[in-house]
Amino acid sequence: MSSLHAPLQQSNLKRELVAIWGYAQRNYFLTRRYFLWEVVWLVYSTMNALTIGFIGVSVGSTAEETARATTFLLIGTLIWSYLSMIFDILSETVSWERWEGTIEYTFMSPASRASQLIGMGLFAVAYGIVRMIIMLGAISLFFDMSLGNANYLGALAILVICSISLVGFGMIAAIMPLISPEKGQQVTYIFSAVLLLISGIYYSIDVLPGWMQPLAKVSPIYYTLNGMRAMLLDGASLASQWGNIWPLLIMGLVFPPLGLYLFGRGEHYAKVTGRLKRTG
Amino acid sequence: MNHSVERTIDHAQNALELRDVSKRFQKKRGEYTFALKGVSLTLKRGEVVGILGPNGSGKSTLVRVISTLTVPDSGTVEIFGVDAVAQPKIVQRYINRVSVEASFFKKMSSLENLLFGAKLYGIMDRESRPRIEEILCSIGFDVKRVGEPMEHLSRGTQQKIALARALLTSPMLMLLDEPTTGLDPRSKRDVQELIWKIRAGHDSSILLCTHDMGEAEELCDRIGILVDGELIALDTSLGLKQRYQVGDELPTLEDVFMLATGQSIEDASSETDDDDDSTTPTSERANELIEV
Repeated sequence: MSSLHAPLQQSNLKRELVAIWGYAQRNYFLTRRYFLWEVVWLVYSTMNALTIGFIGVSVGSTAEETARATTFLLIGTLIWSYLSMIFDILSETVSWERWEGTIEYTFMSPASRASQLIGMGLFAVAYGIVRMIIMLGAISLFFDMSLGNANYLGALAILVICSISLVGFGMIAAIMPLISPEKGQQVTYIFSAVLLLISGIYYSIDVLPGWMQPLAKVSPIYYTLNGMRAMLLDGASLASQWGNIWPLLIMGLVFPPLGLYLFGRGEHYAKVTGRLKRTG
Repeated sequence: MNHSVERTIDHAQNALELRDVSKRFQKKRGEYTFALKGVSLTLKRGEVVGILGPNGSGKSTLVRVISTLTVPDSGTVEIFGVDAVAQPKIVQRYINRVSVEASFFKKMSSLENLLFGAKLYGIMDRESRPRIEEILCSIGFDVKRVGEPMEHLSRGTQQKIALARALLTSPMLMLLDEPTTGLDPRSKRDVQELIWKIRAGHDSSILLCTHDMGEAEELCDRIGILVDGELIALDTSLGLKQRYQVGDELPTLEDVFMLATGQSIEDASSETDDDDDSTTPTSERANELIEV
């Protein structure tokens, strides 16, 4: 077995790229192993989207108004399903490892935390898109959506930009289980619930109480939905949505490095206080 | 960027050098308990050092500190001359660990776990696949079972796969934290034989924490006794026996352990407290016995 001990000569960058692929592939392996659970969850999410879609069918005095209301709600449902999944996968990075009992092995490996979180993020985006396409296919069988003028490419561009900021947002939330192994994950669910409330997913934020409306401005999902609805419902151009794009670009530039920095601080705190253990 | 960390460690240095390492944890507000108290230890390249100690003596904290998972309050930890606290990413490349729990994704297969483990160390599939096959064959694992979920494998087999995973990354320092605890006698023997093979066939230095006196005596060049976070003895098996010898006859290692810790092997391994929960009575007892 002497060949097993050959030193591995390679650059740090290449090693980190291999690790990123490793994390993404591991999540694929796990998703495949939990396939039936994934099917159950997909069916549940699709049923939930249909339920909300039928609420849209029940409003509006004309067929056009009804189609618009239904499409408005379904865009919110699909985008929330996609973005909340990215947020959940990232925010559960630590909890998942702890639950499986692998946290110590992972955290003592030479792969950087950035590689771990980027790998998780890449998988979340790819898997989220696949789920969204399946859900969209199922939903389109039931509803006559108002997408005649839709600017799909523009909407996709906004979704990609938002995905980056959501990955960063999820990194920030992932710190919580490091700081508090027992209650940290529950706090991330509160983050998720607040995003659902303030981002205007099923309604315009105008209906929120006045003091609550400014909170929407810190949610990347708010700008994403504004831009996507304008482009899918009204066929607006990407350039016309600059007001929604620049906040997303800033969040996309700020949140991931901020998330990595805070995660690093959280990891150090966990190592000092002895909280980086298998059991929570 | 195109530089290898291989150049940044000094192979002529000791594999591991701990100097006066202490670690305490807060249990309640203002109340602390020491897990490690001024531990100093040197592990030479190619050497196998065993650490014996009852549950709660600080063995796992010691392993966590060395494996960069816990930051010590004071003291220095050097691995091949590199400060493990200041430069963890460099030393992580050269260490690997097998703990009492195999630490695998239970639903994933052994192959999937090993491929993932290798990628964390920058090893691509095309390089790791033949290695995996070679290592699994060498540990007597039926390669046809590589696709089975880990949870279908016995604990002994899981531990052997854990050792295989560690070998896959060619560690220069292996940390074995009670790798045979809880295994049935046959699996225990298999895992011990595998450690023996690693010792004989690889350029690895090994720190082995164990409750098993026979295992320590058979596999280790030197044996340390850790009690309440203090390394109260570190010597060869013979040296320890001579140190604790009372009459004409040399005591067994078990006798030495009981004299040093004030506990029988059964007592030492039956406690269920977490390893960080050090207490003081046994060390006081040990000091009394050493003085005797």
